[in-house]
Amino acid sequence: METYNIDKIRADFPILKREVNGKPLVYLDNGATTQKPVSVINSIAHYYSDMNSNVHRGVHYLSQISTDAFEVTRRKIQFFINAPEDRQVIITKGTTDSINLVATCYGRAFIQEGEEIILSAMEHHSNIVPWQMLCDEKGCKIRVIPMNDKGELDMDAYRGLFNERTKLVAVTYVSNALGTINPVKEMISIAHAHGAVVLVDAAQAIQHIQVDVQGLDVDFLAFSGHKMYGPTGVGVLYGKEELLNAMPPYQGGGDMIKDVTFEKTTYNDLPFKFEAGTPNIEAGICLNEAIDYISSIGLAHIEAYEHELLAYTQEKLSQIPGIRFIGTADQKCSVISFIIEGTHPYDVGVILDKLGIAVRTGHHCAQPVMDRFGIPGTIRVSLALYNTKEDIDILIAGIQRAVNMLV
Amino acid sequence: MTINEIQDELIEDFAFYTDWMEKYEYIIQLGKEVPLIDEQYKTDEYIIKGCQSKVWLYPEMKDGKVYFTADSDAIITKGLVSLMVKVLSGHTPKEIVEAELYFVDQIGLKEHLSPTRANGLLSMIKQMKLYAVALQVNA
Repeated sequence: METYNIDKIRADFPILKREVNGKPLVYLDNGATTQKPVSVINSIAHYYSDMNSNVHRGVHYLSQISTDAFEVTRRKIQFFINAPEDRQVIITKGTTDSINLVATCYGRAFIQEGEEIILSAMEHHSNIVPWQMLCDEKGCKIRVIPMNDKGELDMDAYRGLFNERTKLVAVTYVSNALGTINPVKEMISIAHAHGAVVLVDAAQAIQHIQVDVQGLDVDFLAFSGHKMYGPTGVGVLYGKEELLNAMPPYQGGGDMIKDVTFEKTTYNDLPFKFEAGTPNIEAGICLNEAIDYISSIGLAHIEAYEHELLAYTQEKLSQIPGIRFIGTADQKCSVISFIIEGTHPYDVGVILDKLGIAVRTGHHCAQPVMDRFGIPGTIRVSLALYNTKEDIDILIAGIQRAVNMLV
Repeated sequence: MTINEIQDELIEDFAFYTDWMEKYEYIIQLGKEVPLIDEQYKTDEYIIKGCQSKVWLYPEMKDGKVYFTADSDAIITKGLVSLMVKVLSGHTPKEIVEAELYFVDQIGLKEHLSPTRANGLLSMIKQMKLYAVALQVNA
């Protein structure tokens, strides 16, 4: 691909030059977090050297430039996900924080005893536990969309789960454990036909595929900055304006109020109503650079490049004797999960680490997925825009070495 | 041999292996030598939490000394638990509770003590000492 200059891209990520255990780093744990381009790293130093000040408060110069920069990020995100208004972009701590916000604020106000929430069998724990906590509190119920042996959701079963008590559907766009891309657009329209709202967990999608909240007609969308080449500790909740306006906030504090007396407090407007306290200003501001970085390459190019690399990885891995892929959906991105007959994922992970190769092993915070496939965990390779076929070749050699030691 | 004499012997053994691969092959070998836990004790009651892999550990008191049997579904973890059993098994509860396990660091396995490794070596040590305390009280 002419437009995809992989050498230049790799040069933008300083950490890729380092060694681990005496070997050049091969970083294939991007589903856990991505590495940061130099523009993001520099912007963090720039923020503290040049701008540091609290936002949305001071009349003084530094507070104004910090606030402006923070709000630039909000608008960047707005355009990045095609949100109608920037006030629909709530800056949170991350995906988990965003989901908890909806489970708490929307859930407490609009989901009552006996009503139902639909989740999928492939959710990350962070899209299960907040809803369980809500159900414990309110007496509502969780129903689960099953999946087939390929790791694809059973859409007929999904349609069959709806009834007059169904209030909300929470589903992941891309499975962190399987790599399945779920048909969220179709799922949203089915849910809307039954009068249910939909939250999409886009933590594993936002860095790989173009997400258009209006095109999807999604009610809530959650994602994290650190999985899209940005800083840790910042994330996004997008919501439809009428829903966000109707939801009471759950965290009180500075920034989220209009007037406070000991008798009564009136809340601020969107988005500040949901942003109590001093936010992670540095991360919020520097996320801007991450979005610029992705945009400078273009998500369409990233998608095509990663798709080809995924196919290459799949093909090379399939030549390893005894390999069993966990998650073989027709629509996949970035993630390849597998086990190798006669080995434990943990053992393979330890040997790969010794060879400078970073993968994730274990249940990937998706224990129900592991139970579904009757395995203790998998080895997970997750790709990013800077990975190469050479990375995969080193991985394959590493796995072969591990298997030789372990079997 | 005292706990420290066993530790010193292991440190000497490991000094022989300079390459990480040889070291891990030795650990894997040690795993094969672990006194295996009786199948009837491979239950949730004897499982050690905090491990990515499963570890079962069963303590028994004989003539005032604690003897451990163990197993794991991952072979490197099995090697690590085998090391711990080698060092701590066959000693009095008091000796086990008071043991300072300096060998882990010295044989270059310090990284396995880090909580992020999730192999549960720390949990293993903690559990073995807890068993010793419990057996000491019951003795």
